[in-house]
Amino acid sequence: MNTSVKLCDVVLKNPVMTASGTFGSGLEFAEYMDLNCLGAIVTKGVASVPWQGNNTPRIAETASGMLNAVGLQNPGVDLFVNRDLKELTKYDTNVIVNVCGHTTEEYLEVIERLNSEDIIKMFEINISCPNVKEGGVAFGTNPVLVEKITSDIKKLSKKPVIMKLTPNVTDITEIARAAEAGGADCVSLINTLTGMKIDIERRKCLLANKTGGLSGPAIKPVAVRMVYQVRKAVNIPIIGMGGITTSEDAIEFMMAGANAVAVGTANFITPKATVDIINGIEEFMQKHNIKDINEIVGCVE
Amino acid sequence: MAKEFKTLVYRNEEIAKDIFDLKLSVPEDFNSVAGQFVMIGVNDSSKLLKRPISICECKDGILRLVFRIAGEGTKKLSLLKAGDEVTVLGPVGNGYPFKEGEDRKVLLLGGGIGIPPILGAEKALKNSAKVTSILGYRDEMVFLNADFERESFLTSDSCGVSVEEYASLSALERKNVQIKGNAVSVAKALELANLLDFSEYDIICACGPMPMLRAVKQLAAEKGIKAYISLEERMACGIGACLGCVCKTVKKDAHTNVNNARVCKEGPVFLAEDVEI
Ligand SMILES: Cc1cc2nc3c(=O)[nH]c(=O)nc-3n(C[C@H](O)[C@H](O)[C@H](O)COP(=O)(O)OP(=O)(O)OC[C@H]3O[C@@H](n4cnc5c(N)ncnc54)[C@H](O)[C@@H]3O)c2cc1C
Ligand SMILES: Cc1cc2nc3c(=O)[nH]c(=O)nc-3n(C[C@H](O)[C@H](O)[C@H](O)COP(=O)(O)O)c2cc1C
Ligand code: FES
Repeated sequence: MNTSVKLCDVVLKNPVMTASGTFGSGLEFAEYMDLNCLGAIVTKGVASVPWQGNNTPRIAETASGMLNAVGLQNPGVDLFVNRDLKELTKYDTNVIVNVCGHTTEEYLEVIERLNSEDIIKMFEINISCPNVKEGGVAFGTNPVLVEKITSDIKKLSKKPVIMKLTPNVTDITEIARAAEAGGADCVSLINTLTGMKIDIERRKCLLANKTGGLSGPAIKPVAVRMVYQVRKAVNIPIIGMGGITTSEDAIEFMMAGANAVAVGTANFITPKATVDIINGIEEFMQKHNIKDINEIVGCVE
Repeated sequence: MAKEFKTLVYRNEEIAKDIFDLKLSVPEDFNSVAGQFVMIGVNDSSKLLKRPISICECKDGILRLVFRIAGEGTKKLSLLKAGDEVTVLGPVGNGYPFKEGEDRKVLLLGGGIGIPPILGAEKALKNSAKVTSILGYRDEMVFLNADFERESFLTSDSCGVSVEEYASLSALERKNVQIKGNAVSVAKALELANLLDFSEYDIICACGPMPMLRAVKQLAAEKGIKAYISLEERMACGIGACLGCVCKTVKKDAHTNVNNARVCKEGPVFLAEDVEI
């Protein structure tokens, strides 16, 4: 039985990775599960300098989901390299670093700094965070800007580049095509959907930032639809995510066209969510006599 | 070391209106210090996030949590019966700066649903020469006060006697008499009435609503005592990964590299002078 998948020459022992921002640097979870079993760890978005993030409350629970407005708080690339990356070398899994910035220059500074770090297998570029005023989603909703920033990053990057797409657009295939045209090696989708929750007693938004990104099972059908659409629009590999909580969910994304999947909010439900999903995929393969997990990728017409 | 486990409810009872005393069996290696907390699942698949609840006590394999119904999740927890299964992650966070049985001179200040971890702190300080608790309630509806074994004062925002009247009572009569005022204002009044001497304490440990904690921070600064306060923030992971639960800090935090710290990991107990509240 083969569970391994390939994303632009990077071999993952299984298609399960973590979704950026929900898994810290990975190390926070080492106490609760075996990081070595993961196809890849995708780290929290890192910028050229430390970011303070938004005010609290940053979290609001919603039906089968949650809103977050963390605002890409991060310790900056220097501390990230010297502390988190160093520690991650102890584990036998692929490390993918998620990169954020306010301007193209800021993204490029991070890439430049990280190009020489051998442990990093790929970069994931977050052009889709709804919780910061500049950068983030401001890039990700405009196909012209997406193509431009993708090609700028590709020129500099010594590693394969994943562009992370926002669902907060009318037509996600347009954005995916722009990323492909800009030279992206891979796309990942979806980031969170912009939402809001109001405290009716206080007549105020629950989140200090007013709006936040919706994630979790509540967004899964939207995410599956978008993966399906993007599969038909581009030829580069797709990392599917959005509400994946069980192995059945992961398989659904792969059948829709994802070559690999990422688990986000489910890590908060239980820190060993990824392990349960990896085991569940193997059981599904056994039960249905699937020899190679790649067989099911995009099998749905 | 923290871990996630499924366990059974041993007992769940309402000890005051909307306040529940929940006892759960825990594994042998569940070792906590006062002020740490657990994340507890609410057995409702539409509510993904576990709820943070302070550890009140943990002994003989029984974890005691005391909580107030504050919304739908805690409502669900209130319906748990003996034998029901729940998922618990913990113990997590940093508690008060002393270990079980240590000898420290501590003034404990608890307000409302912040009293449970303060009870845990009192129990942990069983070998201490000097431990005094001031327990603040909203009204006459008191809870857990009978579990305190050392010197303690009951106070209430809305009812009770003045400190002068209190001072005129005999020790026996004082039992269960509430003094009007919040825990901090009463502490100051007790000092004036010669019933409390701040110089007898090494540290203050507090848990309660934010206005009370602000007052504790100010009190500590005035009296030149270190105060350790337990903060609340909305949490998703409870293990330091999501950065949802931060509080502002005076100095740059070593982990985040910015001026905020994770309440679930570096906290929930902080040295008051280190945090901006
Ligand atoms: C470290 C810590 C220790 C705590 N200890 C206790 C305790 O011992 N006893 C007790 O009664 N309460 C305690 N609380 C508060 C308790 O977590 C909330 O009352 C509870 O989460 C409310 O859940 P709900 O579903 O009833 O409310 P809802 O408002 O429906 O909850 C919605 C979401 O908001 C979160 N939330 C709501 N209020 C709070 C709050 N005050 N703090 C943090 N998250 C909140 C919930 O966890 C949930 O994710 C503690 C909080 C923290 C952070
Ligand atoms: C608390 C939180 C923080 C996140 N931080 C980031 C981030 O730093 N960079 C990023 O590209 N996506 C971030 N995301 C988005 C997730 O990676 C993921 O795309 C989204 O949550 C959908 O997946 P899920 O429903 O499985 O969580 C974050 C999501 C959450 C819930
Ligand atoms: S709750 Fe996730 S970091 Fe504290």
